[in-house]
Amino acid sequence: MPETLIQPLIELAEAYQRLSRDGLFVAELDDMLKNFAGRPTPLYLAKNFSRKLGRKVYLKREDLVHGGAHKLNNTLGQALVAKHMGKTRLIAETGAGQHGVATAIVGANLGFETQVYMGEVDIERQKMNVYRMELMGAEVIPVKSGSRTLKDAINEAMRDWASSFESTHYLLGTAAGPHPFPSMVRDFQSVIGKETKEQIIQAEDRLPESIVACVGGGSNAMGIFAPFLEDRDVELIAVEAGGRGLGRTDKTADNGASLGCGDDGVLHGALTKILQDPYGQILESYSVAAGLDYPGVGPQLAYLAEMGRVKPKMADDKSAIVGFRTLSELEGIIPALESAHAVGYALREPQTLGDLSIINISGRGDKDLATVMEYENL
Amino acid sequence: MRISEAFLRKPLLIAYICAGDPNPKATIELAKRIAVAGADIIELGLPHSDPIADGPTIQAAVQRAIAAGMNTDIYFETVAAINLDIPKIFMGYYNMIYARGLDKFVSDCINSGISGLIVPDLPPEEAGPLREACFKHGVDLIFLVAPNTTPERMEIILDQTSGFVYLVARVGVTGARSDLLQDTKSLIARVPGSVPKAVGFGISTPGQASEVIRAGADAAIVGSACVDLIAKGEIERLEQLVRDMKAAIIGAKSKAPIVC
Repeated sequence: MPETLIQPLIELAEAYQRLSRDGLFVAELDDMLKNFAGRPTPLYLAKNFSRKLGRKVYLKREDLVHGGAHKLNNTLGQALVAKHMGKTRLIAETGAGQHGVATAIVGANLGFETQVYMGEVDIERQKMNVYRMELMGAEVIPVKSGSRTLKDAINEAMRDWASSFESTHYLLGTAAGPHPFPSMVRDFQSVIGKETKEQIIQAEDRLPESIVACVGGGSNAMGIFAPFLEDRDVELIAVEAGGRGLGRTDKTADNGASLGCGDDGVLHGALTKILQDPYGQILESYSVAAGLDYPGVGPQLAYLAEMGRVKPKMADDKSAIVGFRTLSELEGIIPALESAHAVGYALREPQTLGDLSIINISGRGDKDLATVMEYENL
Repeated sequence: MRISEAFLRKPLLIAYICAGDPNPKATIELAKRIAVAGADIIELGLPHSDPIADGPTIQAAVQRAIAAGMNTDIYFETVAAINLDIPKIFMGYYNMIYARGLDKFVSDCINSGISGLIVPDLPPEEAGPLREACFKHGVDLIFLVAPNTTPERMEIILDQTSGFVYLVARVGVTGARSDLLQDTKSLIARVPGSVPKAVGFGISTPGQASEVIRAGADAAIVGSACVDLIAKGEIERLEQLVRDMKAAIIGAKSKAPIVC
């Protein structure tokens, strides 16, 4: 991290540490999560899907969070921190647009000026979300540098923050980047795992044998995994974007699978697994799901995968589309293309799930209809 | 030449160019012309795909250089072919160093005649292993301080930096600016006189170079302004800019200091 950003990061870490132990702050956040975001979200026994897989599969319904994805859990938390720090402006990066939308929501609701950096390529594939952000008063700034996707949007937001930190909070959307972001985002998203644990014990009187979540940067995965890390019998399966396959060129990778195919490196202020060339240039990743199209991954997931606690797996575009269709047809739930990677993996390798499994449906798929129609040439 | 030797003849002009922009051969020629025009130290940037500390001018140069095939192997070949009697400094991002292996990277620096490294995304807290490698090979590792660096961190940075300390003239990213802030002058005043101090980020005119020297800096760093002229192919204007900035710096030495 550049020296200019060190002090803002230290101040953020201190403010977060103080607030996370402050009863009033915690109560304020809980109230917003309940009455504004719509928590707790259901843990739903997907009967038809379970029958197809020959085992019990529950879905954690983060698609029902206000805004259509788990992203609001984090933006609410960080925006309240920013408010307590006296900031008046929020900036964010977004890939699929879900985090941008979640930032626009809190910006409007809590009275921040909001600007969202979004790669030109992503703006093209997520027009609806761009309009949603604008409708809620956020300005979407197209990023024209580099691969014009999520990583470049993060670069641009960091450059902005390097001169605007006095008034501005950088609301990073995933459990990646420099400290304190990975810890803070994990903590705010852990509400997913905490609820899940209570709900599955209530419903089944035992813990699941596996939990499956998709991974781009890793916020929904860390959120549902974190409360289960000590429960060694629960297999934690992180499904990355297999994209078009394992191919690579000098500049691009055909996937977004940093845990599966990446090497150690430093990106956006963290030592983690990165898709890079032998010289250390970051590759442009690829996935049909814009939210998984990131050449890095959160450092905690990289560590957990290295020590074997989290099992990294892949689902390619095709599996994700199959997951998208299957869950829609069998359960009447259209998952986000990101979450559809977790569903697609479960369909492909049900035997790895055990008798009782939970899939984190991190978001809903309405935003992806145009992408899927195009993919299937409808 | 060692950086400390160069600072015996302060005040200095330090010029930055992006290696490989527009191509490696041109970089060798440009470095020589900039040195002849009066630069006392030359910074040679190694292009990285994600230059988060850089503004649009250097970002564009980096993209051109990478598109023209620049990589770390070619970088060291290019730098080795620049025979100058002024210090050459590496400037680049940490992942490029990490990917090559710290010790190999620093030893390649030595073998191509580099006398110092500037790594703008590496804070001193994370720099232990690279510092060790630099110390072992006798290469300077130069750290940056910014206007918002606290006094406590300033102490740590001044303790760790060698060669000189790089003062970031303003918050934000690299790139030409029209004004020079009071912040810059206060920052110069905050750094004790025992460490050579060079000011960069936003220094693009002879007037600004003169101002930072009069405010007490030992060197002015010009980057984006050089890169911009290279992008336009205006090499004579580049040489003129370097000559004018050097003259302004030498002129500033004799003038009364600006009181902050």
